[in-house]
Amino acid sequence: MTQQTSGLIHGLYAEGDPIQDTKAPAGPIADRWNTRKFESALVNPANRRKLSVIIVGTGLAGGAAAATLGEAGYHVKSFCYQDSPRRAHSIAAQGGINAAKNYKEDGDSTFRLFYDTVKGGDYRSRESNVYRLAEVSANIIDQCVAQGVPFAREYGGLLDNRSFGGVQVSRTFYARGQTGQQLLIGAYQALERQVAAGTVEMYSRHEMLEVIVADGRARGIIARDLVTGEVETHLADVVVLATGGYGNVFFLSTNAMGSNVTATWRAHRKGAYFGNPCYTQIHPTCIPVAGEHQSKLTLMSESLRNDGRIWVPKRAEDCDKDPREIPEEDRDYYLERIYPSFGNLVPRDIASRAAKYVCDEGRGVGPKVGDFRRGVYLDFTDALRRMSKEAVAEKYGNLLDMYQRITGENPYEVPMRIYPAVHYTMGGLWVDYDLQSSIPGLFVAGEANFSDHGANRLGASALMQGLADGYFVLPNTIRDYLAKGPFEKLDDSHEAVVEAKASVDARIAKLLEINGDRTVDSFHRELGNIMWEYCGMERTEEGLLKAIDLIRALRDEFWRNVRVLGAADTLNQSLERAGRVADFLELGELMCIDALHRRESCGGHFRAESQTEDGEALRHDDEFAYVAAWEWGGDNGGAPILHKEDLVYEFVEMKQRSYK
Amino acid sequence: MTGMNLTLKIWRQAGPRAKGEMVTYPVTDISPDMSFLEMLDVLNEQLTARGEEPIAFDSDCREGICGMCGLMISGKAHGPEVTTTCQLHMRSFSDGDEITVEPWRADAFPVIKDLVVDREAFDRIIQAGGFISANTGAAPEAHSVPVPKPKADRSFMAAACIGCGACVAACPNASGMLFLGAKITHLGELPQGQPERDARVVAMVNQHDHEGFGGCTNIGECSLACPKEIPQDVINQLNLDLRRALTHGH
Repeated sequence: MTQQTSGLIHGLYAEGDPIQDTKAPAGPIADRWNTRKFESALVNPANRRKLSVIIVGTGLAGGAAAATLGEAGYHVKSFCYQDSPRRAHSIAAQGGINAAKNYKEDGDSTFRLFYDTVKGGDYRSRESNVYRLAEVSANIIDQCVAQGVPFAREYGGLLDNRSFGGVQVSRTFYARGQTGQQLLIGAYQALERQVAAGTVEMYSRHEMLEVIVADGRARGIIARDLVTGEVETHLADVVVLATGGYGNVFFLSTNAMGSNVTATWRAHRKGAYFGNPCYTQIHPTCIPVAGEHQSKLTLMSESLRNDGRIWVPKRAEDCDKDPREIPEEDRDYYLERIYPSFGNLVPRDIASRAAKYVCDEGRGVGPKVGDFRRGVYLDFTDALRRMSKEAVAEKYGNLLDMYQRITGENPYEVPMRIYPAVHYTMGGLWVDYDLQSSIPGLFVAGEANFSDHGANRLGASALMQGLADGYFVLPNTIRDYLAKGPFEKLDDSHEAVVEAKASVDARIAKLLEINGDRTVDSFHRELGNIMWEYCGMERTEEGLLKAIDLIRALRDEFWRNVRVLGAADTLNQSLERAGRVADFLELGELMCIDALHRRESCGGHFRAESQTEDGEALRHDDEFAYVAAWEWGGDNGGAPILHKEDLVYEFVEMKQRSYK
Repeated sequence: MTGMNLTLKIWRQAGPRAKGEMVTYPVTDISPDMSFLEMLDVLNEQLTARGEEPIAFDSDCREGICGMCGLMISGKAHGPEVTTTCQLHMRSFSDGDEITVEPWRADAFPVIKDLVVDREAFDRIIQAGGFISANTGAAPEAHSVPVPKPKADRSFMAAACIGCGACVAACPNASGMLFLGAKITHLGELPQGQPERDARVVAMVNQHDHEGFGGCTNIGECSLACPKEIPQDVINQLNLDLRRALTHGH
């Protein structure tokens, strides 16, 4: 595996100069963030109103940043495609938020949270960034409590914690199964307070379609008012993208229907490097696909694996039987069999791949979708016998009810069926320690950047990162950038503005005039199938090469044969989706190229050619301990250019994991 | 089970000022495992294939938490089950059913197109006072103020509101008092919410009335329609807090 056929596989990409982060100070890791904050320039309060900030996205990162920069007195414009900033998909996070408070006195510390996150990311993240994340985590909890976030509490009135995601300390704060919702409502309310104060202008039902880069700096965006269809120009001194992840490239994922890559992809095409696009996280405990009509997948908290047992029939011919009639000796509790010490609690990627293998063997259960049954049993029969129905309901009632609502089956009587689904994307726009992309003045926060999770994200860390970026990191680093301003005055007649607006207008017109035979969704679904088959849980060189050909052909057909009805000057949901799918069709190819070039397995990226004798992911630190930052190859189909950022581990030693 | 055949009567309206009408669409072979919105997706695919503009409707998370979806289904907000429209499944209907599908009906929620309404009035009610003023960085250590568990739990119960607007749509007066009461209760149960408690309730009630929502006459349809089952007693709390604020001279 490690022998390279050639540096540039089949001419699919070119290699450019290495890059590095120049913003993180040297020295002891615990001092770096304080040093950076001290060194960053200040802006006089009287001058802040004259400096403007555009923030796209109102999830935890974008909402928190807009509120905080508004409080500081900058002139903020906030954008979201939903009808209200409160709808952003951070709202759907169930489990919790990590913070190194050590309230349980169980040995937790900033350094341990840092260490766990680096290790969990399979040694593919940047130490300085991750340490800062762990460092500000405690401030997040203070901030949220002050805002009125109703975290779970103990009878003494203090905050409750639980252990989450396979770590050995209890550092996860939660609000029942709705932690994301409660944190987002906190940020939303802080944001609306600033709207009332006049520091933030809110543009809901607006979609960013282009970034304006003038004289080498990001200076604004082109956005479409989704109600009137008007294409608007918004200028500012700095632009922040907090637009979430790109899991919907797989069509089916746990993301919201509207989650998309357009904002970051448009920025990528304008010069922002895309970091590690192939790093995607597949979550093992989702409700399986029920039929061809499926529009999205629903996650069930993996806490279910604490008491549920996962199995499939030993023989394929038993797969359509009532599971209750399959005797114990004909069941294969495959995780307990293969991983006797961790059993059903193996990490997410191992549990996911194991489910895929048994289904590939023809031993999956549930309805056939296409040629295969894609599901495995998650069985609570033993737990019900051991704990009583009331105890199970107390612990898992809301999850089991949700399962019953979606599937129509009673999990207290029939084993549940689960299957892995795409859940989170660790890749995103490349940023430095300041969260600034390779375009000066363009900052990227939350899931939209590549920064903190390496090749795999730990449970309860997405909420932490979103709020860390939004409340505590960006407001400091943007200040340093703005202190260099105000920049030269720009107006709508600047060549860069005219060009950006014209390209958006032309693209909308083009999408509407093709009037072909196929719906937008049919293209999206087909792209999703390609990505899931060849760039999903397990990737091979052969499969990825095939996927690239298939995606290119599909993209060609899209631009010849898509049918988008309706007009540009009205609410037009087909048109919105068409633009997003067009960008997914480009991103999908880059993900495959990234997955192809990374000839190792790490975290969520599993190359079948790189595994241990036990079938575990095998990293090649000597060759691949770097961030792959991709530069757009140009509008004329030029190959993308790879820039490597070497990852240096000064404080954590790289190790190979084992769960046997 | 085999697929169902249904007759849908759906509100079509080209724009905010256009005249709308109910249009009949037969659909066939609908799987009971589809969600209601997936059934509409299927219809939209068929409409597009026929060259007819698809029906506009809002949805985003499709897991019952973002609050973006919301339809009047045969006269009931979010349909026959206590859940959001996206979590309603076709197994709640029977072969041969006729189903009417309309947008939320309330002056404060004007129609944008087809089944899509403008709910920004809710955001403006929050702007009026639905927050605790705590600038980033100014927060004390989280454990410095304990919160009794029953109060924290009641606060959480009210904070579960997803802002979908079903309460308004279900109310014969198109009142937003359940939404409002939920926020008053969420923040009012917490020690952190006390300093602004009186001013909050007065400002939010004023904004609610200004937006054109009706008053509450204790009918209770709001709470029955609420997908998060927020109880009507948050409206009692709202009235209690308002009276208290007024006696305090607000």
